Amino acid sequence: MAIHLTFQRDLCKGCQLCISVCPKHILELDSAANRKGYRPAVCRDESACIGCASCGKICPDSIITITKD
Amino acid sequence: MTTIYRKSKGLQDVPMHYCPGCSHGIVHKLIAEVMEEMDLIQQAIAICPVGCSVFAGSYFACDAIEAAHGRAPAVATAVKRTHPNQPVFTYQGDGDLASIGAAEIVHAAMRGEHFTTIFINNAIYGMTGGQMAPTTLLGQRATTAPGGRTKEQAGCPMRVAELLSTLEGLVYAERVCVVDIPHLNQAKRAIRKAFEKQMAGEGFTFVEVLAACPTNWGMDPIGANRWLMEHMAEYYPLGVVKEV
Amino acid sequence: MKREIWKGSEAIAEAAIRAGCRGFFGYPITPQNEIPEYMSVRMPAAGGVFVQAESELAAINMVYGAAACGVRAMTSSSSPGVSLKQEGISYMAGAELPGVIVNVMRGGPGLGSIQPAQGDYYQATRGGGNGDYRTVVLAPASLQEAADLMFEAFDIADQYRNPVVVLVDGLIAQMMEPIVWKEHPGRPLPEKTWAADGRRGRAHNNFVTSLFMDAPDCEAHNLALLEKYKAIEANECRWEELMLDDAELVLVAYGTPSRVAQTAVEHLRSQNIKAGVFRPITLWPFPYARLREIAAQPQVKRFMAVEMSTGQMVDDVNLAVAGQKPVAFYGRCGGVIPHVSEIEGAVLAAWKEGL
Repeated sequence: MAIHLTFQRDLCKGCQLCISVCPKHILELDSAANRKGYRPAVCRDESACIGCASCGKICPDSIITITKD
Repeated sequence: MTTIYRKSKGLQDVPMHYCPGCSHGIVHKLIAEVMEEMDLIQQAIAICPVGCSVFAGSYFACDAIEAAHGRAPAVATAVKRTHPNQPVFTYQGDGDLASIGAAEIVHAAMRGEHFTTIFINNAIYGMTGGQMAPTTLLGQRATTAPGGRTKEQAGCPMRVAELLSTLEGLVYAERVCVVDIPHLNQAKRAIRKAFEKQMAGEGFTFVEVLAACPTNWGMDPIGANRWLMEHMAEYYPLGVVKEV
Repeated sequence: MKREIWKGSEAIAEAAIRAGCRGFFGYPITPQNEIPEYMSVRMPAAGGVFVQAESELAAINMVYGAAACGVRAMTSSSSPGVSLKQEGISYMAGAELPGVIVNVMRGGPGLGSIQPAQGDYYQATRGGGNGDYRTVVLAPASLQEAADLMFEAFDIADQYRNPVVVLVDGLIAQMMEPIVWKEHPGRPLPEKTWAADGRRGRAHNNFVTSLFMDAPDCEAHNLALLEKYKAIEANECRWEELMLDDAELVLVAYGTPSRVAQTAVEHLRSQNIKAGVFRPITLWPFPYARLREIAAQPQVKRFMAVEMSTGQMVDDVNLAVAGQKPVAFYGRCGGVIPHVSEIEGAVLAAWKEGL
């Protein structure tokens, strides 16, 4: 049962709140900037995601969608 | 494929203008989720303030009315009384509610108006660029208190939830924050309870949210949340202030 | 139809209820307290909402709120209180919300006096709040007209989505006169599809606001308002002409002074002075065009504005007459009502000066 994280990359402002609440520490800022000029949050190991939705809940811009197969 | 989490239908599908790490977007989302879960989006009327959240009516999916600075409780009074079966809420910052609109919020609470006020207390004027608010902490720097707020010059900050709780018309006041998931969950429960009490016709309901303003505090978002818990939550204790 | 004796304030309040007003929000101030007092009983009985607000500021913002969700609403106050309402009136004009504001004028400036005056003409007709906006200003001179114009006030407000001021001096509100309650069929009005009264299935949300962050958007909004104001100027101008057919001297007055002027004109005519009265009923839009036509008539020798102020409407008379004929002024102020003999005397003096 795979969990998928989708970030609306160009709406991310790189605030890192999602990174601060992820219990699995699998989120980080991308090395490249998005269209707004921010380094957006990305998931470096989706297979480790437990689907707790903490990142989605705290994202001020509501840009994270979490699904499972 | 099932969805575990997605943007609430209580929000419109438009980007928000708030600064990185600002609490406004989180609180908008919690209100939106409560409206969606209680099936209120099609009935609710939001009253928006002057301040950073002046565009809130472009973000919430429900109908909305932009009020003059501080007057949201007066606007909401008329909206709720003429539409008593529909959920009505004001969304107000500290300059709007505790300074220029102090009379309007006190009298709405005194009358026990059947709407909910979500009060965003970030201890600063955000939209105008970081001036001192009635809720700015002693010693906290602001562009109109560059050496930090002093008691001698500006008095001590106002604890609005406690002040309003002295009024019989207020039936529920809780102070919350959204710095992490447990606090955020509690904030959502408080907002939901306020809406439930409103819809039950119990009286005026008030949720004060301690909020971060990383830009005007001069901090990064994580540091701002840490400062909020260390300093704001000490002066403005979290929890239920009044429940009838 | 039956004639009934009514007090001005109460007639205004009753007419509002009959015109479909279902929200009244006010704050006590003399000399208009009978309006909220009457409303506190009559409005709930009519199924509407009455709130005694904490201030005039709150009261006008309650009108704003009720109007924003589609309810016919009004407030009333007197001069100092109406100053406080200017913020809300500007916001209503900006957000294009209908509503009626009754100003029972008293002496000013500041606390002034509580007797009848007309010192708020500039504030009412030029807009006392911020920004490029106009409010329609209706100025009845009798209780019958006050009652009738309340119906028109709500219709005009709804048709153009704009605040309407009913401007009376304290005498109109405080005196008693016979009136007849007429049938007012009303005019066809657009549906309030813009009202923020809950989506209830609507595809989009309605957001009532007067904020336009980008200057070009705000300019476009102002220009759209201007078009609306031009339509109001074209459609809603009202005035009354009394004994003007052969008049050589035209008194221009509104409200209580127009009635004093009318009596003065009757006296003057008995002395073979051909005088008449031009009475604007809408102060904005002011009947410039008709007054300009009158000024162009060869038998018209001169004008005299009569006001209960130090001279405010006289500016509009001058704009209308545009130098075609001399314009004199006679006024009392601070709550003093001019006597018939004073106006007669002022006219005779001006008349002699002209000959």
